[in-house]
Formats: sequence, C-alpha cells, structure tokens
Amino acid sequence: MTSAREVVVTGLGATTPIGGDVASTWEAALAGESGARTLENDWAEKYSLPVNFAATIKVNPAEVLSRPETKRMDPSTQYAIVAAREAWADAGSPEVDGERLGAVVSSGIGGLWTILDGWDTLRERGARRMLPMTVPMLMPNSPSAYVSLEFGARAGTHALVSACASGAEAVGYAADMIRTGRADVVVAGGTEAVIHPMPLGAFAASRTLSLRNDDPQRASRPYDIDRDGFVLGEGAAVLVLESAEHAAARGARVYAKIGGVGLSSDAYHITSPDPEGKGQVAAMRSAMEDAGVTAADIVHVNAHATSTKVGDLTETYSIRTLLGSDADHVLLSATKSMTGHLLGGAGAIESLFAVKAVSERVAPPTINVDNPDPELQVPLVRDEPAKLPGGDIAAINNSFGFGGHNVALVVQNH
Amino acid sequence: MANTDQEILEGLAEIVAEETGLDKADVLLEKSFTDDLDIDSLSMMTIVTHAEDKFGVRIPDEEVKNLATVGDAVSFIKGAQD
Repeated sequence: MTSAREVVVTGLGATTPIGGDVASTWEAALAGESGARTLENDWAEKYSLPVNFAATIKVNPAEVLSRPETKRMDPSTQYAIVAAREAWADAGSPEVDGERLGAVVSSGIGGLWTILDGWDTLRERGARRMLPMTVPMLMPNSPSAYVSLEFGARAGTHALVSACASGAEAVGYAADMIRTGRADVVVAGGTEAVIHPMPLGAFAASRTLSLRNDDPQRASRPYDIDRDGFVLGEGAAVLVLESAEHAAARGARVYAKIGGVGLSSDAYHITSPDPEGKGQVAAMRSAMEDAGVTAADIVHVNAHATSTKVGDLTETYSIRTLLGSDADHVLLSATKSMTGHLLGGAGAIESLFAVKAVSERVAPPTINVDNPDPELQVPLVRDEPAKLPGGDIAAINNSFGFGGHNVALVVQNH
Repeated sequence: MANTDQEILEGLAEIVAEETGLDKADVLLEKSFTDDLDIDSLSMMTIVTHAEDKFGVRIPDEEVKNLATVGDAVSFIKGAQD
C-alpha cells in the first residue's frame, strides 16, 4: 500500500467547556480541570428541572465571531466555525483545490436553539415575525455547510448523524473520503449546543443525567462506584485530515495518522448497549484490522465512558474481550470526566485528544474516580496524566451513540 | 407613533449593520441594497422582518422588490406610518 492513501492529521481546532482553543483545552485536560458549573439562570426553578448544572462552553463564540455571524448561525454552527477556523490555521491554511477539499461536520441533535426559538416566535408573535434564516440555521447539516462555505470545500459536504458517535463517525467518514480518492484534504469534526432546559429535562426524564447538583465539578465520574449519570456538555472539535502524500508535498506538520476506522451497530436496544458488547468489539476489531495493528500495539484508549452505570462497564468488558491479556498494558482515559458529554461533539474532541495523546505520548487523566468500580477491567489513568511508550504505538478512540451506533478509530504515530 | 426620515434611516442602518456587519455610517439613502450593500434576498427579508417590528409597519412581499435603495425603504416606511 502506498502512502498516497494514508490519512494524517495536520490541523486541530476546538472550543470546549474547558478551553476556547486546543492549547487551553489540552492544558486543562492534562491538569484534570472540570468544565461543569452551576447554571446561572432560573431554569431549575422555573421548569422544576432536577438538574441545575452543565459543562457550558468556556469562551462564548460572540467574543470570537462577528455580530452578523452569530445572528445567522445557530450556536452549534458557531462552535463548529470557531473550531474549524482554528484547525485550518493550525494546518497552515493549506492551498488546496476546492474540488479536492471536503467538509464533514456532525451534530447529534442539530440547531435546537433555533428550532425552539422559532416555535416560540410563531406561537407568541405569529408567522410574520419568523426570521427567514430559521431553516438554514436549524438544519443539522448547517455546521458542515458553513464549514464548506468557509473554505470552499466542493468535494462533498456531509453531516453524519449517530447521536453521541456522530463526531467520531465524521472523522471516520472523512478518512474514508481521502482513502477512496474523493478528496485530498477534509475538514472534519463534530459540534453540539443543546444546553437548554428542554434537553436537560428530556435527558433527566431518561434517567441518564447526573443529579449531583451540590457538586457539579465532581459529577462526571466515569468508572467511579458512585457515578450517577452523565453531565451535559457543549462545544466543538475539528480536525484537518489530509492524505499523507498531500501533506508531505506541502511540508505540513503531522500530528498523527488515522490508521483505521471501524463501524458497527448493536441492533439491540434504542438506548442501552448490548451487554455483551458484541457491536463494540466488532467496531474496535475492524478498526484494528483496517489499521493493520494487533492487540499488542494498543497502548491507549480514549473511552466513550459517559459516567453511566451500564455504559462504562460494558465498554471495558468489550476492550478486555477483544484485547485479552494485552488490555493490561492499555492506559484508559475517560475525558468526559472533565469536558462533560458533548454529544455530537464528543467523538470529535475525543478523537482530537487521542491524536494529541499519540503525538505527545501522554494519556490525559480521568478525574473524580474516588473509588474505582471493582468491575473495571482495564488500567485507568487517574488524576494525573500518564506517559505513553516510545516507538510505534496505536490508540483507539471509542464513540458509541443512542441507537446502537459504534465507532472506533485507530490513531497511530506518524 | 411616526418617526422622522432621519430616525427611520438611523433605525434601518442599525438593522442593516447587525445583519451584514457593515458600518452604520455606510448605510446612506442613495445606497442600493443589492449593488452597494451586497445584501442577498434572504438577508433582505431578514431586514424587512426586523424593520416591520421596529417601525410598526407592514411591508408586503410584493413591495420589497421595489425597495431598491435605502431611501426607497425609508420613504415606504414613512408612508406606511403616516
């Protein structure tokens, strides 16, 4: 196989609950900072919400974008554009033929604020008062479409929707666009902006949210015995993927390689993972086969681990099932302990973390694990970052979504 | 409550500036929405929606195409208020 179809990461961008860009987000992640905070509004009281905290965005995009941009983009698109601009600049603003440039940016839910604001306007003031930009703002492909407009991407603009796996599926699809020859460069990632009382109420109704209102920063605690659900987060991450050949020709700095993409679906239950983890194992296995790596090569896994009772353990069971005794040398990180759960953005920020981990040979910590669940089956990076070994290494980012979507990406040093 | 031409121009300039990012000072009576201010049809309808709200008037869709310049819009709004 020639290097022409090898896919490398040459640019990174993010805006998250723990930082307004990649540098601050990564620094906060290594320092074990939580992005969760008590909401400064009256939602809990007004709507009898059982939860009054979330991992809100650290830097308001209004500080970075122009006023017209914030008015014509849903917050989910605003986050994506902030991250995409950073990633593109970080990649050195590559000169690339638009016909060879793609955009794949996912959102799990879409322009929720715009949908609900539009509904409020219609009910309270009538159709005449509705804004003409409502539809282009609410559509779930709006982030990818604006990213394509931003850089002139004409090789294809896509928005894959698979709930909390969406961001990772976008990165995987982007890698496939390059490997199949459809594009040389793809701007890929995920975004979400649904910290609104309706989804908070809805997630609480499904009994999946942490209700640790008295201690928000300690609420997201994957693998801790006292975990009680996930913390809703928001934000976006974007990666610039490029064929190794294209990157080499322009002398681009390469962070890491996206070596393999694995996809599967559980077809088991609409929200619960298959307790035997068959789909998760299948996704990881096919990503490893795709990358040509074996269990012995895997040194790090960025877990999907949302801090729910069932989900966290199923994943470590899957990892143990697949890797066997080689799981003993895997360093497992659950970064949602710090960022909260970015839903459609989660798979993107966690892919970005996996890329940084491989590139800098350091696995970010998992915080708030006071008492590890005794059923945890893989060594966990707790509280402090852990060094990854030298030589050729591979990491897996797992992202799973409501609906039974399983995405595994293999990240390797370049 | 009727506004003066100057008040309407200033109010409209604020709306156009919000929508386009142009400087309010560039929104002058003689400017063409499409040719000078580079406003597309979707943005124009957004401006119309905000202007109706701000000035308490109705600007029918069939009238919008006649509003070539900022001055045309000021005149229409003034007439509709009177």
